[in-house]
Amino acid sequence: MAGPMRIRAASNGTETEVKILMSHDMETGQRKDASGALVPAHHITELTATHNGRVVLAAQFGPAVSKNPYLQFKFAGGAKGDKVNVSWVDNKGDKRTDEVVVA
Amino acid sequence: MKNSTYAACVVASAFMFATPVLADATAEGIAKYREALAEGNPAELWEMRGEELWKEARGPKKATLEKCDLGQGPGVVKGVFVTLPRHFADTGRVQDLESRLLTCMETLQGIPADEVAKTPFGKGEQKNIEALVAWISAESRGMKFNLPMAHPEEKRMYEIGKRAFNYRGGTHDFGCVTCHGEDGKRIRLQDLPNLTKGPDAARGFGSWPAYRVSSGELWSMQRRLNDCFRQQRFPYPMYGSDVTVALSSYLGVTANGTVESIAPAIKR
Ligand code: HEC
Repeated sequence: MAGPMRIRAASNGTETEVKILMSHDMETGQRKDASGALVPAHHITELTATHNGRVVLAAQFGPAVSKNPYLQFKFAGGAKGDKVNVSWVDNKGDKRTDEVVVA
Repeated sequence: MKNSTYAACVVASAFMFATPVLADATAEGIAKYREALAEGNPAELWEMRGEELWKEARGPKKATLEKCDLGQGPGVVKGVFVTLPRHFADTGRVQDLESRLLTCMETLQGIPADEVAKTPFGKGEQKNIEALVAWISAESRGMKFNLPMAHPEEKRMYEIGKRAFNYRGGTHDFGCVTCHGEDGKRIRLQDLPNLTKGPDAARGFGSWPAYRVSSGELWSMQRRLNDCFRQQRFPYPMYGSDVTVALSSYLGVTANGTVESIAPAIKR
């Protein structure tokens, strides 16, 4: 159901910078709807980024992260044409994986 | 094993408030906040969807929007945003981007325009319009406004827009001009652009559609205007109605040739 991520990855020869926009409601579980009922928590719990299949970032997400989160990080190495994969899973078990070629 | 070095820096966008002391410090703080956000403007997620929607066969006629004429010929998207509203011969009306999209959705795809116009913002087909306007406006990023004023109807709509902008009424005797007619005004710590002058009009008009961090939604220009009617304590205007198009004509023509469009921008 979740929309695709927008991922950019650029190498400067020594390191690769990755920028990720995720499409997710990131409900905290603290908000109430118009009728006063609690809106159930729905947020990403884990995110993994791999470079040519090797994990370069593993992160835990919680309700404090904003809706439609943006994540930026660098890893050493990486070259143009390599593949960067990003996956997340949320507390309801929804998943999303997207891939980008390093520029 | 230098290759296994992990992330050097991780930036996750969170909503933060500072306690500002001076107006300048506030403006500076907001500018910094916007800068930090601009890198990862989630409007891009709408842009991606919009581009797909343009090419997707939809509606009772199972057709795409690729033959939609936004003013520069069927299918031309690049640069159209900064030339709207403009007069269209086939409808005999001056139309803004959104009312024009309604025409295309109805004629090409068979999706009834009046039903889309009645749909609340953020729901159903209105959601698709948000994505479409995000992508279409992004295709004019960095261009200056260049609305045509040759057709008599375009001149008329500009004049009506100017009058509507300056028309005061309602419980508070407000008009657009009350909040957007002078330099350096603020409301609830928000800087109010002086929309009667070129560069400010371009910055104000050329930012929407925009992603609103406070609600996590993408707001179209129609929605922006709708909310300003509310702030003005006026009844909500009908979606795509002539008064909203006239106001956009006035703002767009005032913006002509000044500052580049940055839409879809990111706003608090
Ligand atoms: C009661 C005050 C008030 C009135 C009256 C009002 N607005 Fe606004 N307007 C605002 C506020 C507040 C904002 C949001 C500023 C912000 O959040 O940065 C805004 C934003 C805008 C923007 C976007 C500007 C930007 O820089 O992003 C436009 C365009 C606009 N208004 C047009 C209008 C029009 C047209 C009218 C008349 C129909 C109108 N406004 C009436 C208060 C008002």
